[in-house]
Amino acid sequence: MSLVARHLEANGIPTVIIGSAKDIVEHCGVPRFIFSDFPLGNPCGHPWNADMQTATVRLALSLLDTATEPRTTVRSPFEWKDDPGWRERYNRVRPEDREQLLALGEARRKARKT
Amino acid sequence: MQDQEREPIAYMERTRIYYRALGYTKDYVWANHADVPFFRPVKPVSEMKIALITTAGPGDRSHRDERNRRHVWSGLIAHPPATFDTDMAWDKESTHTDDRETFLPVDAARRLVADGTLGALAPSFHTAPTDYSQQKTMEQDAPEILRRLREERVEAAILTAL
Repeated sequence: MSLVARHLEANGIPTVIIGSAKDIVEHCGVPRFIFSDFPLGNPCGHPWNADMQTATVRLALSLLDTATEPRTTVRSPFEWKDDPGWRERYNRVRPEDREQLLALGEARRKARKT
Repeated sequence: MQDQEREPIAYMERTRIYYRALGYTKDYVWANHADVPFFRPVKPVSEMKIALITTAGPGDRSHRDERNRRHVWSGLIAHPPATFDTDMAWDKESTHTDDRETFLPVDAARRLVADGTLGALAPSFHTAPTDYSQQKTMEQDAPEILRRLREERVEAAILTAL
């Protein structure tokens, strides 16, 4: 997605990304970025929260008006829900999961070959 | 500690560890650029026509070919699909993608057109495939999206990545 934003921008179409993988977006390098510190999947706001979604898009639009240089990141003021475990949960690798993960990987590689 | 004060997740590192645990021996190399293009808008957002671009595809999976590769796909803002293909990497344990507005904010953007914040929405929104191949993104997908935006005289874009 970051590469698409860069291509549009280089061709005269200003862009703003709304996303949650801050390190990946900033590693690529994009013109404007609204960072929602949420689990991957809901960059524009909590599900079914229209006010938060509208506020997030409003923030993105304001960045088009105000940013003066590339790599401008603004953090959304919203927090994820009362779920303190979400940061640790995603793609975690626990010792007890290792065997199962390796089997999952094997199955994926086998599926790709057929 | 407030959640706001926590360090953002280091997704690249976490993904590397996860894929090594799956038995992959070669780490993915994320795109990295020293220079970043920047085009300053020539008019305010309240006078601009903007397009929405997302990584989700239509629920009928018509953006996928027979080999399951995803391609650029466009839908109408006036008639978005009832369901979306969100079969890609996101946090399926902590949340869900049942509400389209969390990754394709059509209604939110419409409200901002109605209150005068945004000039107009382009008739079409677009699916940008998140492809393993950065070469495919740069040589096929990104130019195709640019072409479609120019067709509708789009002046800026909001890109939302699942």
